[in-house]
Amino acid sequence: MSTAVAQKRGLAATIWDYLTTVDHKKIALLYLYSGGFFFLIGGLEAMLIRIQLMKPDNNFISAGLYNEMITMHGTTMIFLAAMPLIFALMNAVVPLQIGARDVAFPFLNSLGFWLFFFGGILLNVSWFTGGAPDAGWTNYAPLSTTSPGHGVDYYVMGLQISGAGTLIAGINFLVTIINMRAPGMTYMRMPLFTWSTFVTSALILFAFPALTVGLFLMMFDRMFGSAFFDVALGGNVIIWEHLFWIFGHPEVYILILPLFGAFSDIFSTFSRKRLFGYSAMVFATVLIGFLGFMVWAHHMFTVGMGPIANSIFAVATMAIAVPTGIKIFNWLFTMWGGQIKMTSAMLWSVAFIPSFTIGGMTGVMLAAAAADFQYHDTYFVVGHFHYVIVGGVVFGIFAGLHYWWPKMFGKVLNEKLGKLAFWPFFIGFHLTFFIQHFLGLMGMPRRYWVFLEGQGLETGNLISTIGAFFMAIGTVIFLINIVYTAIKEPKVGGDPWDARTLEWSIPSPPPHYNFVQTPLVRGLDPLWVEKMDGKKGMTPAEPLGDIHMPNGSILPFMMSLGMFIAGFGFIYQVDNSSWLIAVFIGMGITLGSMLTRSLKDDLGHHIHKEELEADIKKGVGK
Amino acid sequence: MRGWMGKFRSLFLFSTLALILSGCGEENLSALKPKGYSAELLLDLMLISIAIMIFVFVIVMAIYVYVLVRYRKKKGQEDIIPKQTEGNKALEVIWTVIPIILLLVLAVPTVQATFDLADQSTQGDEGVLTVEVTGNQYWWHFNYRGEEIATSQELYIPTGERVYLDMKASDVLHSFWLPAIAGKMDTLPGENINTMYLEAYEEGVYWGHCTELCGPSHSLMDFRVIAVSPEKYDQWLEDMKNVDPEAQPETTTAQEGQELFNNNCMSCHAIGGASMGVGPNLTNFGNREKIAGILDPTKENLVDWIVHPDEIKPGNKMPANIVEPEEAEKIADYLLQLEHSSVGVDAPTQTEE
Amino acid sequence: MSHDDVLNPKQMPHDPEKATLEGKNKFLGFWFFLGGETVLFASLFGTYLALNGSTQGENTPENLFGLELVFIMTMLLLTSSLTSVYAMYHMKNHDFGKMQLWLVITVALGLAFLGFEIYEFYHYIHEYDFTFRSSAFGSAFYTLVGFHGGHVLFGLCWITALIIRNQKRGLNLYNAPKYYTASLYWHFIDVVWVFIFTVVYLMGKVG
Repeated sequence: MSTAVAQKRGLAATIWDYLTTVDHKKIALLYLYSGGFFFLIGGLEAMLIRIQLMKPDNNFISAGLYNEMITMHGTTMIFLAAMPLIFALMNAVVPLQIGARDVAFPFLNSLGFWLFFFGGILLNVSWFTGGAPDAGWTNYAPLSTTSPGHGVDYYVMGLQISGAGTLIAGINFLVTIINMRAPGMTYMRMPLFTWSTFVTSALILFAFPALTVGLFLMMFDRMFGSAFFDVALGGNVIIWEHLFWIFGHPEVYILILPLFGAFSDIFSTFSRKRLFGYSAMVFATVLIGFLGFMVWAHHMFTVGMGPIANSIFAVATMAIAVPTGIKIFNWLFTMWGGQIKMTSAMLWSVAFIPSFTIGGMTGVMLAAAAADFQYHDTYFVVGHFHYVIVGGVVFGIFAGLHYWWPKMFGKVLNEKLGKLAFWPFFIGFHLTFFIQHFLGLMGMPRRYWVFLEGQGLETGNLISTIGAFFMAIGTVIFLINIVYTAIKEPKVGGDPWDARTLEWSIPSPPPHYNFVQTPLVRGLDPLWVEKMDGKKGMTPAEPLGDIHMPNGSILPFMMSLGMFIAGFGFIYQVDNSSWLIAVFIGMGITLGSMLTRSLKDDLGHHIHKEELEADIKKGVGK
Repeated sequence: MRGWMGKFRSLFLFSTLALILSGCGEENLSALKPKGYSAELLLDLMLISIAIMIFVFVIVMAIYVYVLVRYRKKKGQEDIIPKQTEGNKALEVIWTVIPIILLLVLAVPTVQATFDLADQSTQGDEGVLTVEVTGNQYWWHFNYRGEEIATSQELYIPTGERVYLDMKASDVLHSFWLPAIAGKMDTLPGENINTMYLEAYEEGVYWGHCTELCGPSHSLMDFRVIAVSPEKYDQWLEDMKNVDPEAQPETTTAQEGQELFNNNCMSCHAIGGASMGVGPNLTNFGNREKIAGILDPTKENLVDWIVHPDEIKPGNKMPANIVEPEEAEKIADYLLQLEHSSVGVDAPTQTEE
Repeated sequence: MSHDDVLNPKQMPHDPEKATLEGKNKFLGFWFFLGGETVLFASLFGTYLALNGSTQGENTPENLFGLELVFIMTMLLLTSSLTSVYAMYHMKNHDFGKMQLWLVITVALGLAFLGFEIYEFYHYIHEYDFTFRSSAFGSAFYTLVGFHGGHVLFGLCWITALIIRNQKRGLNLYNAPKYYTASLYWHFIDVVWVFIFTVVYLMGKVG
């Protein structure tokens, strides 16, 4: 369904269409818009933090508000910006890369999005209801369990709801990639972006439940008087740290792996070369995913686990550098001997290599358990993880958006503006975060509302703040580019980059059934294989026939809305038990919707051969 | 292990690195200007890891720059299709094995240092000092085990010997970080006691921070460690043991201040004695480097602090307006003349810029 | 496959739960879901093991637990797992009536289990004053066992809904995967209980 048609049907119909859609391409857009929105909020919070730290003893924002700022900046960027933007790319691209007409569970795909969305909104409502969470994004007990007000309650409920959505999305992609591949698309022919989505989804599946449990324990302690983290009743505050990092460390790889995949596809496309060491890359991805579960306690070297545990986790952490190094070198050798074309997507990818290498290096330094006694919880750590998450994840999202924008919207983002956005962001990024390593070693701890005069920290902090403004300028130019492109840029065909993988064999944007006929895959980089054989497109694997598609449904939206309402009920029933009504109403809506889904048959619909033939005549599917 | 890691530093790269890094930060605060055993050990470990990492980075960057310069698409070559190389087994082995070796080189001193810093073999021996450290929102308390004395905010240690710290927290998590002397260790509420040790090489006033988010005034929870020679330390112990909490001040305002202090403040604070109260122990207050850990020790600041503690350290437990400003001035007079020991007053502090 | 083929198959295949792509997806997805559930319960078990010594008084595992009751509960749940196997056996035999019957028996056994569990909790609270709030051990115990109990309740509602919804129309390729995943879920609950029985009750009493 093209946007033009939708516009004719009026705004209400369009909104209804998006509320009920189960089409992975539209869900990708929903993830993109809401993730982008939260990214801007998180960025604004970052700017306020940097303004506060512009000079010593600053009083720009109060101490309490500052702690809310850092907590929400971290939480928003990780859970509400990076994750959904990655899901936007996965949803937009993965089904196309494997030659599928949709994901395995279109209904759950929509449910996953709406849960994430309402969880994120719930978390941010806290700004307007007496204070956001203020115990850091890691939310360590007992600061979190004793934090006054409802801020931390919002954190618990918001992340619980959006976390459920993420878990659902993870299962969905696992099954999609295993069951929905086109004929000939063997595992070892899957593009790296699909591979990394697969590994990431497995990480989500096994990491998020630990967070779920941690959040439940936190919820019970804060709302129902249990004693998990109450030392007076025998509780143990370290349990939260373990549960949080058993989730939290794999989460880092959940964020970065898909973008490793995106970079692999981009390097390969714009060097016009097949990915160097494809099987080594797949192996390294899987190995990183596996090792990612073995190292969570390196966030806890100073907790007092003892030298044996510290040493084991130190060495295990260092081991992750090996597969990561394999990836860096294979990317370099993908470009080696190629025909490198410096598009904006490639520019972000090329910039990623040194940035991420620095982040990886400081990561190895942090892994040296004893030395972490100096680094831990200082600006060195802040510098390190921003190098990884901005230099890796954010650069990757920008690169991925530039690369797949034509597939999602049918237009190439303006290249000039793309490069104009890149440079201030790139320079600002290094200005902001490189100096922070030194600030940390010079004695500036993390999460400091003010630093005092006369400790030698003034210059470094000022430079860092200036850098942040450059990054903001870059982001604004990128936004301008989006608007400019939508208005001015011409439509492009299915394969604007002369690319290699299946998603480029169909129109941009694709028809809602993606492939008129399921393609036959004859090797790695299937489209490239066909092009080298002198063909225009893919060979179909089936005759033209009816296509079975899922029906849209409002139920995912309703289920999530119910959870949202119940979330408020849980938060406020502590003050007044009449709020339990909200819990019952909310859970009633959710469970009622689930029952409806269970009892009412939903067999989907067919698109008939005749309609497809008509579409082909109109030029769709060429 | 000090020996061979120390020798590494004489190597060229190391000395250059150390030189560059030592330009960073203030004396007595920076981890890059070690003044104690642990900090020096840790700096050596950092330098080893930085050296290895710079080696790797240089190689990556050399290939990177070469590739980007050499293989940029040039005008007139638009239609060239490069050779589609699948990969290279030998190369894969090289860039797997070399990093493993480099990491092993790093892992050995890491494990050594980790065990070295966790060593508690001499704790409890005759003449070895153990201090019980308690982190509170937002101040530090130090109890000198075996001695009937305690201090808050400022920890006195003798130079040249190991001092063990047995650490816990009374409320939420805190973390004790003394970059110039040693690393850091978290303090936990409940039964868990974490132990670390300090060994300062030179006399001085060293700055410490809390490094675990503990509430609004987390960034204001500074403390000092005052290292003095063992002889001076013994003198200090002697002075502290002889503190007379009832001693009459000389001026009348201070005497009135004492009266006010005893009536309004003593339920939380103490002068002399060893047990930890609700608020910091104020013994030897007149010689404190800072008021409340952060303010310069002027009477004006102290009055401000007594009247409006919440404006200076948001969220702290001392109630505001417990006394009138005029009364606060008298209390300030009293507190500022509490000079129970002059030991450490002349210790070198942070260099001024 | 047309809708009619799914709802009124001319010939029932041997594995009706995996005959359609939707069925295959559901089957695989549910296994993954159970993988996530495993981590969930592993985290709860870890928490329980870290806190089961923090009893703050007389209400220790040893003093509280009675193995007789828990043994009966274990037998009930194990048997219900077996009856759900019979139900699935009859699904593959295409004997819808027997499948429904065995599922009804499964639900009955599950209800009995849940009844005993509620009685057990009631007993602890009223006889021993041992609650969710009395100690970290109390919190961990009620959370772990309660999460399992919640899963049992959800499973009962789910299977009951399936039995009622499909009573009139019989088995087809659309509802077979639903039945099958529900029975998988029921097995999982059973396995978790075996661990609870061992870790919480046996080790609490003996270990």
